[in-house]
Amino acid sequence: MKDIASRALETAKLRGASHAETRIVDERSRSLATKNGRIAGASDSESTGIGIRVIANGGFGFAATDDLSREGVEGCAARAVEIARASSSVKAQELYLVPEPAAKADWVSPCKIDPFSIAIEQNLDLLFAIDAALLAVKGVTLAEANMNFRRYEQWFYSSEGSEIHQTTVTSGAGYAAYSFQGTEIQKRSYPNSYGGQFQGRGYELIEELRLLEHAGEIAEQAVALHAAAQCPEGKFNIILDSSQLALQIHESIGHPIELDRVLGMEANFAGTSFLTLDKLRTLKYGSEIVNVVADATPAHGPGLGTFAYDDEGVAAQCTPIITNGLFTGYLTSRDTAAAIGATRSGGCLRAENWNRLPIVRMTNVSILPGESPLTLEQLIASTERGILMETNRSWSIDDKRYNFQFGCEVGWEIKGGKRGRMLKNPSYSGITTEFWNSMDTICSRDEWTLWGTPNCGKGQPQQVMGTGHGAAPARFRNVMVGTAYKGSE
Amino acid sequence: MLDRDQANDIFDKLRRLSEADEIELLISGGRSALTRFANNTIHQNVAEEAYHISVRSAFGNRTARASTNKHDDDSLRRVVQSSEALARVQHPDPDLLPMPTKEEVAAAASADCGDGAVNRYFEATARLTPQDRAQGVAAMVDVAKKHNLAAAGIFSSAEIVEGIFNSKGVNAWYEQTLAEVSVSMIGSSSSGWQKANSPDRARLDPVRMAEVAAIKAIESKDPRDLPPGKYTVILEPAAVLDIVGFMFWDFGGSALLEQRSFLNDRIATQLFGENITIWDDAYHPLQAGVPFDGEGMRRQRLKLIENGVVRAIAYSRCSAKRMQASEMAAKVGPVRPTGHGFALPSEIGEAPLNIVFASPPEGESRTVEQMIASTERGILVTRLWYIREVDPYEKILTGMTRDGTFLVENGEVVCGIRNFRFNESLLQMLQNVEVMGVPIRSCGEESFDMVVPSMKVREFNFTETTKF
Repeated sequence: MKDIASRALETAKLRGASHAETRIVDERSRSLATKNGRIAGASDSESTGIGIRVIANGGFGFAATDDLSREGVEGCAARAVEIARASSSVKAQELYLVPEPAAKADWVSPCKIDPFSIAIEQNLDLLFAIDAALLAVKGVTLAEANMNFRRYEQWFYSSEGSEIHQTTVTSGAGYAAYSFQGTEIQKRSYPNSYGGQFQGRGYELIEELRLLEHAGEIAEQAVALHAAAQCPEGKFNIILDSSQLALQIHESIGHPIELDRVLGMEANFAGTSFLTLDKLRTLKYGSEIVNVVADATPAHGPGLGTFAYDDEGVAAQCTPIITNGLFTGYLTSRDTAAAIGATRSGGCLRAENWNRLPIVRMTNVSILPGESPLTLEQLIASTERGILMETNRSWSIDDKRYNFQFGCEVGWEIKGGKRGRMLKNPSYSGITTEFWNSMDTICSRDEWTLWGTPNCGKGQPQQVMGTGHGAAPARFRNVMVGTAYKGSE
Repeated sequence: MLDRDQANDIFDKLRRLSEADEIELLISGGRSALTRFANNTIHQNVAEEAYHISVRSAFGNRTARASTNKHDDDSLRRVVQSSEALARVQHPDPDLLPMPTKEEVAAAASADCGDGAVNRYFEATARLTPQDRAQGVAAMVDVAKKHNLAAAGIFSSAEIVEGIFNSKGVNAWYEQTLAEVSVSMIGSSSSGWQKANSPDRARLDPVRMAEVAAIKAIESKDPRDLPPGKYTVILEPAAVLDIVGFMFWDFGGSALLEQRSFLNDRIATQLFGENITIWDDAYHPLQAGVPFDGEGMRRQRLKLIENGVVRAIAYSRCSAKRMQASEMAAKVGPVRPTGHGFALPSEIGEAPLNIVFASPPEGESRTVEQMIASTERGILVTRLWYIREVDPYEKILTGMTRDGTFLVENGEVVCGIRNFRFNESLLQMLQNVEVMGVPIRSCGEESFDMVVPSMKVREFNFTETTKF
């Protein structure tokens, strides 16, 4: 791989590039899915190629090819330089990369059981067993189950001398039961909606999820939702389960702290951010118990945002994002860090694959658990009146990340510290900073889960990236509930 | 660029390597480039050439797929072996059909398909260089500077190929170019936006688009805060596309059979207003995209909705067979393979994705300007954003307005307003359409490209406002 990369770097230099990086990637993935007793998806995939990012004449250029022959790689590097020169013809500001020492490293993500070593029959047997358990419950009209594995090996070389080899294995699985009755389609998912749980681990994750054990209860809840009361509209204290809180973090903290958004680089597509530069270390983002970090280091856990080096060769770091409620940090890259006076990138530049330009991305953006022991049941017991909401069903937020609305699959009325009747179609909405400032309790480490969001879209051409979000159940005071159905009677 | 002969050669090699009862090759890819700008600067600029080789093997009623991006002999051998290994261990699918023959494809094609040929390849688009795109961006940035705004957006171009070959003789090939421009104009308190694409680069006018976006940014500055509620809205075509696109995934036989469609128990009822007639038409002159489906069946023109009544839905070969055997069959209109299946095995099944709204009767269409002039009080919406489904059966969708939202009073645009969140049922919305424009090819970020009109809709349900 070093020979291939050297050809690319040398060609870029000869063509006039002042800086060049190459990423050679070898990816393998497997996707299996069942639906109502049938195979809905069964595919293996492999992809290999090289992406070359250069700076020439003060402009960025990026080209990618799956042709790793000498001609293919040299042609690709030349194309990247030609593109960079075209970029430099339209610029209102100079490009500057903050320094980063060259690194030589070899890193492999933790993986106890190689998921590709597990017999496909075993995978399918589990999926069909789940499918059967879901459909065994009367009223379930659709059962879906899926399992996904990916092995991603990358060789990074730069004109500054970095040589970084990383291999990451990710696994994920989940299922959903749907029930159509009258004029309603209800749904329950496990362990999370939209594909389940994903982490940077091997097949051991699938075993730990104990998927089959929960199928009966999940299916029964999907059917029971039809007879449940409609979630009321008004201001309520709400408790979010950890998976819903993880998505809340993703949308209302993770995206607005991306410095490229703040600087307007995503204005045409993903949008900008309310977190303008004047708000750093001045904005009270949340209540004093809100502590959030962006942590890509393996010490944080096997999240989808865990690595040793990012895709421009910057070592993984832990950045305090919200510290005792105060906004303290952005997600940065080498070309954006200088905007906040930083002398080093926060190590957040990531690419979906070899054929995509790395852009600023979330790593593991996680809320830290409470320090005093507190379980979800204890949190419910301490809540006189409120609503517990579980598992995301819909999510939407404006293009500056102020106003959000989330729907969940199921709600539970809390009265007198007890979990009461089931509520259907629960939703809540608000303004980001008002919401985080209303958080008054968060459960402790035992309730904290590092969730994986495998489908975060950003960039043009759009890139889908996995991000990690650690969260524990938390309570929020006087939140607007039920507006999703307002006016639809 | 990979051509049809090279693709044929790849399929011949795969076929020789295959031990399966049947083998199918889907091949897609090409050259693409995208120049991205923000703050009046090109900050990202990319190009790639890549091809995706996807092989499906079938042993009786067991099938699976494997793919690779390499076409050397070792990679082709490996991808065949992978698809066969995966297929052999599948649980049998009683509904899986043998791959279609070329005779079946020909027989299923009807007058609604024509000869299946479309020409959407333009040399001028294929030849666009990084310098050409940079010049287009520079012209848009000049517009921004003239108005003291910051420009952001993209200028992209691509030439793509897609082919399907199977061991029963199906051999279909498609080539297309596509150029796309999207531009946002950013002011201190407002923004404006335009986006368009076409196989023919000559049909795009980046400077005009930049001017329209700039005017929207200027006219919406210092937005007023209006209370949420039900308003008459004038939705520009991109806003219509953004929201209506969410319903067509339910227009498939599999969606009905799996009871995940809002059309369950509603076909042939007066679901929308009588002024709503919608086709799926891959051959429409303003459409783009492949005219055959994931098994090589030619896409048929379908009148999905006629005067507000759902008359037809899309089928793959498999879902048509399943529907014919279902107790629903008598209630869902014509049941036959329509050439809308996704590559097998598929979680979704099929969907019509070449949507064309019928034009209003002669003399009844209205321009956006005429809609504004006829509105006593309402909201003009440029585009919608982050739309998600709140309720799958009532088809309540939530999302935000973005990049140019205006108050209309007494027939005139009065001022910009802060963006609204909506929670609106598509069923209600398409019952409340008062007038429409002439459908145009339109694109957005929330849905696939369509031929859609602007619409004036009464009682559109805004539930909250944001801070800008």
